[in-house]
Amino acid sequence: MTASGMTMARPKGTFSERFVRFWNRYLLFIFTGLAILYLMAPVIVIALFSFNDPAGKSNFVWQGFTLDAWLDPFGVAGLQSAVAVSLGIAFASTIISTILGTLIALAIARHVFRGRSATNLFIFLPMATPEIVLGASLLTLFVAIGAPPFFPLSAGTILIAHIMFSISFVVVTVRARLAGFPTHLEEAAMDLGANEITTFRKVTFPLILPGVMAAALLVFSLSIDDFVITNFTAGGTVTFPMFIYAKARIGIPPEVNVIGTIIFLTAVGLVALSTVLSRRRTMRDERLARMQIAEDHK
Amino acid sequence: MGGFLRRHKHAVPYLLLAPGLLWLTVFYVLPGFQMFMTSLWSGTLETGYEFALSNVSNYTEALTRFWPQFSRSILYGAAATALTFAISYPLAYTIAFRGGRYKNLLLFLVVAPFFTSFLLRTVSWTIILGDTGILLGPLKEIGVLPAEFQLLSTPIAVVAGITYNFLPFMTLPIYVSLEKIDKRLVEAAEDLFATSFGAFRRITLPLSLPGIFAGSLLTFIPAMGDYVNAELLGNTETTMIGNVIQNQFLTQNNYPTASALSFILMAGILIAVAVYARLLGTDELTAGGV
Repeated sequence: MTASGMTMARPKGTFSERFVRFWNRYLLFIFTGLAILYLMAPVIVIALFSFNDPAGKSNFVWQGFTLDAWLDPFGVAGLQSAVAVSLGIAFASTIISTILGTLIALAIARHVFRGRSATNLFIFLPMATPEIVLGASLLTLFVAIGAPPFFPLSAGTILIAHIMFSISFVVVTVRARLAGFPTHLEEAAMDLGANEITTFRKVTFPLILPGVMAAALLVFSLSIDDFVITNFTAGGTVTFPMFIYAKARIGIPPEVNVIGTIIFLTAVGLVALSTVLSRRRTMRDERLARMQIAEDHK
Repeated sequence: MGGFLRRHKHAVPYLLLAPGLLWLTVFYVLPGFQMFMTSLWSGTLETGYEFALSNVSNYTEALTRFWPQFSRSILYGAAATALTFAISYPLAYTIAFRGGRYKNLLLFLVVAPFFTSFLLRTVSWTIILGDTGILLGPLKEIGVLPAEFQLLSTPIAVVAGITYNFLPFMTLPIYVSLEKIDKRLVEAAEDLFATSFGAFRRITLPLSLPGIFAGSLLTFIPAMGDYVNAELLGNTETTMIGNVIQNQFLTQNNYPTASALSFILMAGILIAVAVYARLLGTDELTAGGV
């Protein structure tokens, strides 16, 4: 608030200075409100059109309110199996990529070793590669091998692809958590006679768990939403995004909007829940710290 | 096992890296290599393929034949990157400096839309931008716009769609770099009689440059490779290089041309990343967090 206090004390100034002040005080907030409305608009439309009662196949124009789609969300042929396939692949790729990525993050954040900066670059590259190149190059490999389990394409090849693009995101997320990590706790554990394995199990792992969970949530949502890479590695397998793409031309049934809305609400709910839990934990820690200080001053 | 680890301490990081890096080597590096080989094939799916170095002509042919799509990808990608920057910077600035106790909520609102399906979001833009849709319908009704005015199936819709879909990739890195700035520097500048715009130009903006660089890279790369927005929001005159690659691969089964196109796209991006790593170092690449 010092900044605005300073500007108020000064004389009115030139036009451009007055504009900057006006921009700072009002326009910035109006702009932010509009930007968030812009970001939210498609989500609102998706939710709204899940209640639409479309005349024909296409769900592009508002016709009338109905709860039909919500009462029978799997009423469209093929939708249920597509959602099931997507969930299965997302769970499997989340578990495997979270383990592989967390190990890499531990190595990069906790160890000094030859090739560390090359590893950094190598981890970054898959994130910097356009999805279409990731998908297309995997397809050329699978076609060149031309034998099971890589060819013909299947849910298995989708899983391979999803694990591949998820690993880097896990590394980045877990590493961010490890950055402010108190190493003296591990040293203390070792001094007290714990070996490496026990130290990891009792000290390191509980401390990085929030980062690992955040990474798992992130790659789960990436996997369940992926279309481009999946399109190249799916063959005849239909995932939820593949189902939407196939229907996009002829019109998306409102049941798809219902599933989309449910996925959105679940994700928002999970994030809200984890925020509340971590806030409660911080408050408890602070209370304990205050009690400790009071104890010390007795 | 603890004893083994203690005796071979230097091996520990490599053991941690091995499984993940092996996966990336087999399913990221090897496919890249295979794609390079495929790009030098000749022949068709029916007759079988043959590898020859002389097939480097695949590249020149692909470039000349699909140059319009290439240049369109660069143009749309650059336009979308500029737009995401114009929207993201004030947004990230407000959240970082004026967010107060609502900072986390605002950040959450920026990310929340991306919890819905990417395809559904893009399809819902067709509802919003449609010829008689929520946006144009009322404007045409009151006569502000002529009845034949169109947004959907134009380059504007494609660029708008790309801008929308990649916005957080710009907003979050800029936010992270603004958040790191020591607010006392700005106050010091103003105490020394800098105007608030002067303080912004000389302190805040330069210190947020790493975020701007990272955001531009993270937006431009996927924007250039995108084909879903062009497919769903554009027309046959707005196809990008991604549309060509996917069509050549999955519909025409023309693997050599498609591989050459992907490789050219990838080469351009590798150059961009190399320049970035040179300027700002490799640590920044994965240290940003989310």
